[in-house]
Amino acid sequence: MARRENPEINAGSMADIAFLLLIFFLVTTTMNVDSGVSKKLSEKPPEDYVPPIIKEKNIFEVNINRNNDLLVEGERMDIKDLQSTAMAFIDNGGGDGKIDEGVATGPCTYCQGEKSISSSDHPNKAIISVQSDRGTEYGTYLKVQDELIKAYSALRNRLSKERYGIPFPELEDSYKDDRSNLELKKKVEDIKRSYPEIISDAEPTSN
Amino acid sequence: MSKFRKKKKGMPAVNTASLPDIVFMLLFFFMVTTTMRETDLKLENPSLPSATEVKKLEHKSLVSTIYVGKSKDVARHGAGFNRIQLNDKIATAEDVPAFIINSRSKVSEAEVPFMTTSIKADKESNVGTIIDIRLKLRDVNALKISYSASKAVDN
Repeated sequence: MARRENPEINAGSMADIAFLLLIFFLVTTTMNVDSGVSKKLSEKPPEDYVPPIIKEKNIFEVNINRNNDLLVEGERMDIKDLQSTAMAFIDNGGGDGKIDEGVATGPCTYCQGEKSISSSDHPNKAIISVQSDRGTEYGTYLKVQDELIKAYSALRNRLSKERYGIPFPELEDSYKDDRSNLELKKKVEDIKRSYPEIISDAEPTSN
Repeated sequence: MSKFRKKKKGMPAVNTASLPDIVFMLLFFFMVTTTMRETDLKLENPSLPSATEVKKLEHKSLVSTIYVGKSKDVARHGAGFNRIQLNDKIATAEDVPAFIINSRSKVSEAEVPFMTTSIKADKESNVGTIIDIRLKLRDVNALKISYSASKAVDN
Protein backbone atom coordinates (compact mmCIF):
# COMPACT_ATOMS: atom_id res chain seq x y z
CA MET A 1 0.00 0.00 0.00
CA ALA A 2 2.43 2.68 -1.13
CA ARG A 3 1.02 6.12 -0.88
CA ARG A 4 0.46 7.55 -4.30
CA GLU A 5 1.92 11.03 -4.59
CA ASN A 6 0.21 12.91 -7.27
CA PRO A 7 2.60 15.62 -8.34
CA GLU A 8 0.21 18.39 -9.22
CA ILE A 9 1.85 21.67 -10.11
CA ASN A 10 0.73 24.37 -7.85
CA ALA A 11 -1.20 26.75 -10.03
CA GLY A 12 -2.02 29.13 -7.26
CA SER A 13 0.67 31.61 -8.17
CA MET A 14 -0.26 31.55 -11.84
CA ALA A 15 -2.96 34.08 -11.15
CA ASP A 16 -0.45 36.37 -9.53
CA ILE A 17 1.81 36.21 -12.55
CA ALA A 18 -1.05 36.92 -14.91
CA PHE A 19 -2.24 39.79 -12.76
CA LEU A 20 1.22 41.24 -12.80
CA LEU A 21 1.27 41.13 -16.59
CA LEU A 22 -2.22 42.59 -16.77
CA ILE A 23 -1.31 45.48 -14.53
CA PHE A 24 1.87 46.08 -16.48
CA PHE A 25 -0.09 46.40 -19.73
CA LEU A 26 -2.75 48.53 -18.13
CA VAL A 27 -0.16 50.96 -16.86
CA THR A 28 2.06 51.12 -19.91
CA THR A 29 -0.59 51.57 -22.57
CA THR A 30 -1.19 55.25 -22.83
CA MET A 31 -4.27 56.17 -24.75
CA ASN A 32 -2.31 59.03 -26.19
CA VAL A 33 -4.81 61.79 -26.64
CA ASP A 34 -3.87 64.12 -29.41
CA SER A 35 -3.88 67.71 -28.33
CA GLY A 36 -2.77 70.83 -30.05
CA VAL A 37 -3.19 74.51 -30.72
CA SER A 38 -6.25 74.75 -32.89
CA LYS A 39 -6.46 77.29 -35.59
CA LYS A 40 -8.94 78.14 -38.26
CA LEU A 41 -7.52 79.09 -41.62
CA SER A 42 -9.07 81.84 -43.62
CA GLU A 43 -10.76 80.86 -46.82
CA LYS A 44 -8.97 81.26 -50.08
CA PRO A 45 -9.76 84.76 -51.29
CA PRO A 46 -11.25 85.11 -54.77
CA GLU A 47 -8.87 86.36 -57.41
CA ASP A 48 -10.38 89.81 -57.69
CA TYR A 49 -10.34 90.31 -53.95
CA VAL A 50 -9.11 93.67 -52.81
CA PRO A 51 -8.00 93.62 -49.20
CA PRO A 52 -9.63 96.34 -47.10
CA ILE A 53 -7.52 99.24 -46.03
CA ILE A 54 -6.64 98.91 -42.39
CA LYS A 55 -5.21 101.68 -40.32
CA GLU A 56 -1.63 101.13 -39.37
CA LYS A 57 -2.38 101.59 -35.69
CA ASN A 58 -4.82 98.71 -35.71
CA ILE A 59 -2.19 96.25 -36.79
CA PHE A 60 0.16 94.66 -34.32
CA GLU A 61 3.08 93.39 -36.27
CA VAL A 62 5.12 90.46 -35.06
CA ASN A 63 8.08 89.41 -37.14
CA ILE A 64 10.15 86.35 -36.53
CA ASN A 65 13.37 86.12 -38.43
CA ARG A 66 15.30 83.06 -39.46
CA ASN A 67 17.37 83.19 -36.29
CA ASN A 68 14.19 82.97 -34.25
CA ASP A 69 14.46 86.55 -33.03
CA LEU A 70 11.35 88.55 -32.46
CA LEU A 71 10.58 91.98 -33.83
CA VAL A 72 7.40 93.45 -32.43
CA GLU A 73 6.15 96.75 -33.84
CA GLY A 74 9.62 97.50 -35.11
CA GLU A 75 11.39 96.73 -31.86
CA ARG A 76 13.27 93.70 -30.69
CA MET A 77 11.48 91.86 -27.98
CA ASP A 78 11.89 88.89 -25.73
CA ILE A 79 9.23 86.23 -26.10
CA LYS A 80 8.27 86.51 -22.45
CA ASP A 81 7.13 90.11 -22.94
CA LEU A 82 5.01 89.30 -25.95
CA GLN A 83 1.86 88.40 -24.07
CA SER A 84 1.69 91.59 -22.03
CA THR A 85 2.50 93.77 -25.04
CA ALA A 86 -0.16 92.07 -27.12
CA MET A 87 -2.67 92.46 -24.32
CA ALA A 88 -1.92 96.16 -24.05
CA PHE A 89 -2.46 96.49 -27.77
CA ILE A 90 -5.74 94.55 -27.94
CA ASP A 91 -7.14 96.13 -24.82
CA ASN A 92 -6.21 99.68 -25.75
CA GLY A 93 -9.64 100.81 -26.92
CA GLY A 94 -8.61 104.18 -28.27
CA GLY A 95 -11.52 104.71 -30.64
CA ASP A 96 -14.72 103.32 -32.06
CA GLY A 97 -15.31 99.69 -32.89
CA LYS A 98 -16.15 98.39 -36.32
CA ILE A 99 -19.63 98.46 -37.77
CA ASP A 100 -21.00 94.99 -37.22
CA GLU A 101 -23.96 94.15 -39.50
CA GLY A 102 -25.01 97.78 -39.64
CA VAL A 103 -24.69 98.30 -35.90
CA ALA A 104 -21.85 100.46 -34.77
CA THR A 105 -20.21 98.92 -31.74
CA GLY A 106 -18.97 102.28 -30.54
CA PRO A 107 -16.09 102.77 -28.17
CA CYS A 108 -14.89 99.89 -26.08
CA THR A 109 -16.56 100.18 -22.70
CA TYR A 110 -14.95 97.16 -21.10
CA CYS A 111 -11.37 97.87 -22.15
CA GLN A 112 -8.96 98.77 -19.41
CA GLY A 113 -6.15 99.87 -21.67
CA GLU A 114 -4.64 103.30 -21.72
CA LYS A 115 -6.81 104.50 -24.61
CA SER A 116 -3.84 105.79 -26.53
CA ILE A 117 -4.66 107.19 -29.95
CA SER A 118 -1.59 105.59 -31.47
CA SER A 119 -2.68 102.07 -30.61
CA SER A 120 -5.71 99.98 -31.55
CA ASP A 121 -9.23 101.43 -31.70
CA HIS A 122 -11.19 98.49 -30.43
CA PRO A 123 -10.55 94.78 -29.79
CA ASN A 124 -12.69 93.88 -32.78
CA LYS A 125 -10.54 96.03 -35.02
CA ALA A 126 -7.21 95.00 -33.57
CA ILE A 127 -5.37 92.66 -35.88
CA ILE A 128 -2.29 90.74 -34.94
CA SER A 129 -0.19 89.92 -37.94
CA VAL A 130 2.52 87.34 -37.61
CA GLN A 131 5.15 87.24 -40.26
CA SER A 132 7.85 84.66 -40.16
CA ASP A 133 10.68 83.62 -42.35
CA ARG A 134 10.57 80.33 -44.19
CA GLY A 135 13.61 79.31 -42.22
CA THR A 136 12.12 80.07 -38.81
CA GLU A 137 11.96 77.14 -36.47
CA TYR A 138 8.49 75.75 -36.05
CA GLY A 139 8.91 75.55 -32.29
CA THR A 140 9.45 79.30 -32.06
CA TYR A 141 6.56 79.99 -34.39
CA LEU A 142 4.20 77.95 -32.28
CA LYS A 143 5.45 79.55 -29.10
CA VAL A 144 4.61 82.95 -30.55
CA GLN A 145 1.14 81.76 -31.52
CA ASP A 146 0.71 80.34 -28.06
CA GLU A 147 1.68 83.62 -26.40
CA LEU A 148 -0.77 85.53 -28.57
CA ILE A 149 -3.60 83.13 -27.82
CA LYS A 150 -2.68 83.41 -24.17
CA ALA A 151 -3.12 87.17 -24.42
CA TYR A 152 -6.64 86.71 -25.77
CA SER A 153 -7.47 84.07 -23.19
CA ALA A 154 -6.36 86.32 -20.36
CA LEU A 155 -8.53 89.17 -21.62
CA ARG A 156 -11.53 86.94 -22.16
CA ASN A 157 -11.05 85.46 -18.76
CA ARG A 158 -10.96 88.87 -17.16
CA LEU A 159 -14.12 89.99 -18.90
CA SER A 160 -15.90 86.78 -18.08
CA LYS A 161 -15.09 87.15 -14.40
CA GLU A 162 -16.26 90.73 -14.48
CA ARG A 163 -19.53 90.08 -16.22
CA TYR A 164 -20.53 86.63 -15.10
CA GLY A 165 -18.32 85.96 -12.12
CA ILE A 166 -16.71 82.80 -13.44
CA PRO A 167 -13.50 82.18 -15.39
CA PHE A 168 -13.96 81.82 -19.13
CA PRO A 169 -12.66 78.24 -19.46
CA GLU A 170 -15.24 77.14 -16.89
CA LEU A 171 -17.97 79.00 -18.72
CA GLU A 172 -16.95 77.35 -21.96
CA ASP A 173 -16.81 73.91 -20.37
CA SER A 174 -20.24 74.22 -18.87
CA TYR A 175 -21.55 75.26 -22.26
CA LYS A 176 -19.88 72.27 -23.87
CA ASP A 177 -21.58 69.97 -21.39
CA ASP A 178 -24.94 71.52 -22.06
CA ARG A 179 -25.12 72.76 -25.60
CA SER A 180 -28.83 73.38 -25.55
CA ASN A 181 -28.51 75.99 -22.85
CA LEU A 182 -29.16 79.22 -24.72
CA GLU A 183 -28.24 81.43 -21.84
CA LEU A 184 -24.76 79.93 -21.62
CA LYS A 185 -24.41 80.13 -25.36
CA LYS A 186 -25.20 83.81 -25.27
CA LYS A 187 -22.63 84.39 -22.57
CA VAL A 188 -19.90 82.50 -24.41
CA GLU A 189 -20.62 84.29 -27.64
CA ASP A 190 -20.74 87.62 -25.91
CA ILE A 191 -17.25 87.13 -24.50
CA LYS A 192 -15.94 85.81 -27.78
CA ARG A 193 -17.40 88.73 -29.66
CA SER A 194 -15.97 91.21 -27.21
CA TYR A 195 -12.47 89.89 -27.74
CA PRO A 196 -12.44 88.19 -31.13
CA GLU A 197 -9.25 86.31 -31.86
CA ILE A 198 -7.79 87.94 -34.95
CA ILE A 199 -4.38 86.52 -35.63
CA SER A 200 -3.40 86.53 -39.24
CA ASP A 201 -0.42 84.96 -40.88
CA ALA A 202 1.33 87.17 -43.36
CA GLU A 203 3.11 85.79 -46.37
CA PRO A 204 6.47 84.50 -45.13
CA THR A 205 9.71 86.12 -46.11
CA SER A 206 12.31 84.02 -47.78
CA ASN A 207 15.81 84.52 -48.92
CA MET B 1 -10.42 0.65 7.67
CA SER B 2 -10.24 4.07 9.03
CA LYS B 3 -6.53 3.69 8.86
CA PHE B 4 -6.55 4.10 5.10
CA ARG B 5 -9.29 6.62 4.79
CA LYS B 6 -8.18 10.17 4.39
CA LYS B 7 -9.31 12.60 6.93
CA LYS B 8 -12.07 14.78 5.59
CA LYS B 9 -11.66 18.51 5.90
CA GLY B 10 -14.41 20.72 7.07
CA MET B 11 -14.43 23.25 4.23
CA PRO B 12 -13.40 22.46 0.69
CA ALA B 13 -11.10 25.16 -0.69
CA VAL B 14 -12.46 27.26 -3.55
CA ASN B 15 -11.04 26.02 -6.76
CA THR B 16 -8.83 28.74 -8.09
CA ALA B 17 -7.51 26.78 -11.02
CA SER B 18 -9.63 28.72 -13.50
CA LEU B 19 -8.59 32.09 -12.13
CA PRO B 20 -5.51 32.31 -14.33
CA ASP B 21 -7.70 31.62 -17.33
CA ILE B 22 -9.94 34.51 -16.49
CA VAL B 23 -7.04 36.82 -15.94
CA PHE B 24 -5.33 35.70 -19.11
CA MET B 25 -8.50 36.38 -21.01
CA LEU B 26 -8.49 39.93 -19.68
CA LEU B 27 -4.83 40.24 -20.49
CA PHE B 28 -5.34 39.13 -24.07
CA PHE B 29 -8.28 41.44 -24.43
CA PHE B 30 -6.16 44.42 -23.43
CA MET B 31 -3.25 43.31 -25.55
CA VAL B 32 -5.41 42.98 -28.62
CA THR B 33 -7.46 46.14 -28.21
CA THR B 34 -4.63 48.54 -27.50
CA THR B 35 -3.28 49.46 -30.87
CA MET B 36 0.12 50.97 -30.67
CA ARG B 37 -0.09 53.16 -33.77
CA GLU B 38 -2.15 53.01 -36.90
CA THR B 39 0.57 54.06 -39.29
CA ASP B 40 4.16 53.25 -38.81
CA LEU B 41 6.33 56.26 -38.82
CA LYS B 42 8.85 56.69 -41.54
CA LEU B 43 10.01 59.72 -39.65
CA GLU B 44 11.68 59.87 -36.33
CA ASN B 45 9.10 60.47 -33.68
CA PRO B 46 8.70 64.24 -33.81
CA SER B 47 9.55 66.05 -30.62
CA LEU B 48 6.49 68.21 -30.38
CA PRO B 49 6.69 71.80 -29.27
CA SER B 50 4.94 72.62 -26.04
CA ALA B 51 2.18 75.13 -25.60
CA THR B 52 -0.20 76.09 -22.85
CA GLU B 53 -3.29 76.89 -24.87
CA VAL B 54 -3.86 73.39 -26.15
CA LYS B 55 -7.19 71.83 -26.88
CA LYS B 56 -7.87 68.15 -27.00
CA LEU B 57 -8.80 66.72 -30.34
CA GLU B 58 -12.07 64.92 -30.17
CA HIS B 59 -13.56 62.47 -32.64
CA LYS B 60 -10.52 60.58 -33.78
CA SER B 61 -12.21 59.42 -36.96
CA LEU B 62 -12.44 63.02 -38.14
CA VAL B 63 -8.78 63.78 -37.66
CA SER B 64 -6.23 63.31 -40.39
CA THR B 65 -2.66 63.58 -39.33
CA ILE B 66 0.27 65.00 -41.25
CA TYR B 67 3.70 64.35 -39.84
CA VAL B 68 6.62 66.64 -40.44
CA GLY B 69 10.07 65.84 -39.24
CA LYS B 70 13.32 64.09 -39.84
CA SER B 71 13.41 60.94 -41.91
CA LYS B 72 14.61 57.71 -40.36
CA ASP B 73 16.17 56.74 -43.65
CA VAL B 74 18.40 59.69 -44.35
CA ALA B 75 20.09 58.03 -47.32
CA ARG B 76 16.80 57.64 -49.14
CA HIS B 77 14.88 60.73 -48.20
CA GLY B 78 17.60 63.17 -47.37
CA ALA B 79 18.49 64.84 -44.11
CA GLY B 80 16.76 67.79 -42.56
CA PHE B 81 13.66 68.22 -40.51
CA ASN B 82 11.31 69.00 -43.35
CA ARG B 83 10.14 65.62 -44.58
CA ILE B 84 6.39 65.21 -44.77
CA GLN B 85 4.66 61.94 -44.12
CA LEU B 86 1.12 61.25 -45.27
CA ASN B 87 -0.41 57.90 -44.37
CA ASP B 88 2.67 55.72 -44.42
CA LYS B 89 4.63 57.32 -47.21
CA ILE B 90 7.04 60.18 -47.37
CA ALA B 91 5.42 62.76 -49.60
CA THR B 92 5.62 66.39 -50.60
CA ALA B 93 3.27 69.27 -49.98
CA GLU B 94 1.84 68.65 -53.46
CA ASP B 95 0.31 65.40 -52.26
CA VAL B 96 -1.59 66.99 -49.40
CA PRO B 97 -4.81 67.78 -51.34
CA ALA B 98 -5.09 64.19 -52.54
CA PHE B 99 -4.54 62.98 -49.00
CA ILE B 100 -7.28 65.23 -47.64
CA ILE B 101 -9.73 64.29 -50.37
CA ASN B 102 -9.02 60.65 -49.73
CA SER B 103 -9.65 60.99 -46.01
CA ARG B 104 -12.84 62.91 -46.72
CA SER B 105 -14.21 60.03 -48.73
CA LYS B 106 -14.12 57.91 -45.58
CA VAL B 107 -16.55 60.03 -43.62
CA SER B 108 -20.10 61.04 -44.34
CA GLU B 109 -20.82 64.25 -46.19
CA ALA B 110 -22.32 65.93 -43.16
CA GLU B 111 -19.19 65.45 -41.10
CA VAL B 112 -16.75 66.91 -43.60
CA PRO B 113 -16.90 70.46 -42.18
CA PHE B 114 -15.87 69.11 -38.78
CA MET B 115 -12.79 67.38 -40.07
CA THR B 116 -9.58 68.55 -38.54
CA THR B 117 -6.08 68.22 -39.84
CA SER B 118 -3.55 67.67 -37.14
CA ILE B 119 -0.04 68.74 -38.01
CA LYS B 120 2.49 66.86 -35.95
CA ALA B 121 5.66 68.66 -36.69
CA ASP B 122 9.01 68.51 -35.03
CA LYS B 123 9.89 71.74 -33.31
CA GLU B 124 13.04 71.97 -35.36
CA SER B 125 11.28 71.86 -38.70
CA ASN B 126 10.88 75.07 -40.64
CA VAL B 127 7.88 77.33 -40.87
CA GLY B 128 8.21 77.28 -44.66
CA THR B 129 7.19 73.64 -44.82
CA ILE B 130 4.23 74.23 -42.53
CA ILE B 131 3.13 77.17 -44.64
CA ASP B 132 3.35 75.09 -47.83
CA ILE B 133 1.09 72.51 -46.22
CA ARG B 134 -1.24 75.18 -44.99
CA LEU B 135 -1.63 76.73 -48.44
CA LYS B 136 -2.45 73.32 -49.88
CA LEU B 137 -4.98 72.72 -47.12
CA ARG B 138 -6.60 76.03 -47.89
CA ASP B 139 -6.84 75.07 -51.55
CA VAL B 140 -8.99 72.09 -50.66
CA ASN B 141 -10.90 74.00 -47.99
CA ALA B 142 -9.62 71.98 -45.07
CA LEU B 143 -9.65 74.97 -42.80
CA LYS B 144 -9.64 73.45 -39.35
CA ILE B 145 -6.15 72.64 -38.32
CA SER B 146 -4.47 71.82 -35.09
CA TYR B 147 -0.80 72.26 -34.47
CA SER B 148 -0.03 69.29 -32.34
CA ALA B 149 1.71 70.26 -29.14
CA SER B 150 2.27 68.84 -25.75
CA LYS B 151 0.72 70.57 -22.81
CA ALA B 152 3.17 72.78 -21.05
CA VAL B 153 2.83 73.77 -17.46
CA ASP B 154 1.88 77.39 -17.15
CA ASN B 155 4.31 79.46 -15.21
